[in-house]
Amino acid sequence: MYIRKTKDFKAGLLFLAFGVAAMVFSTEYRVGTSARMGPGYFPFVLGGVLTLLGIVVSLGSLAKGEGTRKRRPFRLKPAVLVLSSVVVFGLLLQPLGLVIATIVLIMTASMASDEFNKKEALLNTLALLAVVLIVFVYLLQFQIPVLPSFLAGRL
Amino acid sequence: MELLSNLALGFQTTLSPYNLFYCFLGVLIGTLIGVLPGIGPVQTIAILLPATFALPAVTALIMLAGIYYGAQYGGSTTSILVNVPGEASSVVTCMDGHQMALQGRAGAALTVAALGSFVAGSFATLLLAVLAIPLSELAFKFGPAEYFSLMVFGLIGSIVFASGSAIKAVGMVVLGLLLGMVGTDITTGTHRFYFGIPELADGLGFVPLAMGLFGISEIIKSLERTEKREVLKSKIMGLWLSKKDVKEASPAVVRGTLTGSLLGILPGGGVILASFISYMVEKKISRDPESFGKGNIRGVASPESANNAASQTCFVPLLTLGIPSNVILAMMAGAMIIHGIQPGPRVITSNPSLFWGVIVSMWIGNLMLVILNLPLIGVWVKLLSVPYRLLYPAILLFCCIGIYSVNNNTFDIGLTALFGLLGYTFAKLECEPAPLILGFVLGPMMEENLRRGMLISRGDPSIFFTRPLSLAFLIMALAMLVVIALPAVHKKRDKAFQEDEKC
Repeated sequence: MYIRKTKDFKAGLLFLAFGVAAMVFSTEYRVGTSARMGPGYFPFVLGGVLTLLGIVVSLGSLAKGEGTRKRRPFRLKPAVLVLSSVVVFGLLLQPLGLVIATIVLIMTASMASDEFNKKEALLNTLALLAVVLIVFVYLLQFQIPVLPSFLAGRL
Repeated sequence: MELLSNLALGFQTTLSPYNLFYCFLGVLIGTLIGVLPGIGPVQTIAILLPATFALPAVTALIMLAGIYYGAQYGGSTTSILVNVPGEASSVVTCMDGHQMALQGRAGAALTVAALGSFVAGSFATLLLAVLAIPLSELAFKFGPAEYFSLMVFGLIGSIVFASGSAIKAVGMVVLGLLLGMVGTDITTGTHRFYFGIPELADGLGFVPLAMGLFGISEIIKSLERTEKREVLKSKIMGLWLSKKDVKEASPAVVRGTLTGSLLGILPGGGVILASFISYMVEKKISRDPESFGKGNIRGVASPESANNAASQTCFVPLLTLGIPSNVILAMMAGAMIIHGIQPGPRVITSNPSLFWGVIVSMWIGNLMLVILNLPLIGVWVKLLSVPYRLLYPAILLFCCIGIYSVNNNTFDIGLTALFGLLGYTFAKLECEPAPLILGFVLGPMMEENLRRGMLISRGDPSIFFTRPLSLAFLIMALAMLVVIALPAVHKKRDKAFQEDEKC
């Protein structure tokens, strides 16, 4: 498989999936006529267009001749670590507060780098924690839970 | 002359110490992120957007605008010194700028970039001031059909100027339009596509979308790459330009300014394209084209002027017609809406101090930037030595906190991660995210205007073709599509975007 083909092919499939999903979900709403468009009209039409585009792009990828042979290594680690660090932050923020969530976020995200160094990451965490508490909580008065919910109100 | 009294109003607004401070802050932050590779104005504005809610509307816009064109200035510093473009539009500056640095002429390169940008910025701001009123008077003749066609023109513009496959860009636009449909339908009040999740009743958040699609995916992409970056540690000799340099560079500055000013106005058009095209033009008309790429001062002067001029005139469609011509302006439109100001031709009459204040602040911002950039080059270079592995967790953290603060709910953070994944997927599949964001912002408005147009014409689609302005926009949009389909332009486009990926 030449790289140009696979990328376009997958892109086409992605468009197709979104397009079909849009069309299916739009029919739940009143579609209406072109003179009096219901809430489902525009999304349905767009979904149709996107589906068509998906098909065109996918077919187009098959017709291509030589593509470039350069293949970049596909590494899951950075993506997984970065994304999960964000998600975990979101999950931990309200029950456990900003301090803990920040520590988890920075440590997890730092591990995504090739040049990860535990001591550095720890120092970075402490520095950023200080910056965040001073700038966001104290100076800018962001309304954000700082301490875990079972401690808040006790300190 | 009315123009003078308007400018006077603008100066009055901008020269308050409060606004001046935020203007300075904006250009400072802008320069900083322009210098740092891997983080750009899009991400920064997305992060700082929540912080601007507490500021008055004028101040918020002044600061955000400052960040934008400040980043253009900052990007040239790293391109010249370290051959790493700090900004996408500074890619071209790498070519001759770094060569000049290696020849010991870094000072001249940096100075010509700064001064050229200042001249260009001043001219472009003037152009903006002059065009403002005529354009907004024109806009009053706009009905729903015209707005719809204009938006179509804008979206097609973003496709034309998007790198990579045009047909995939079309797909991205449509996808963006669809994502804009999520939420409450304005006309009927129905909840659409919200799958029983109450947080989606207001639609997908713009900030999580932008941050995830651009910010997070950019970070993941950077982490996958494993090249090292080296800093030019040698001392930078004298900052001044010789008389010969000035003589050579001046016409290039003029040409770059004109190119940039024009290209900036076009929707979808860009600052990036302005710098590329001005470089190509410069090379073509030069008596000595081989010297380009080896340290020709015109190769720095022209694109730097162009990209700064473009970053000013790209405000024209936003401030006069209410149509943002690129992602960053879309965010500023978002900021205006959040402050209760509906972007559009009415802004100039309902909020004249805001309008003229922002325009004047651009010129003042340019002035501040020249003063900032020249003496502080040493400081910027030091900043470059912060290792990326310490920087990007900070970026993630600020993003998350910023997003949480918009609505005080953590669902948005999860949404950001989802868009981060989507953005990363798009990057892997070589799909441009910029048309998607434009589609997302324009989607609901397009739908509303389409519906109104059809309602007025009682279901007759020819209304879009029979009204002259509307027809004009559609024809221009079609013309743009035809132009890129032509093989000659197609090749040039591919080449321009390939150079982008080399640096």
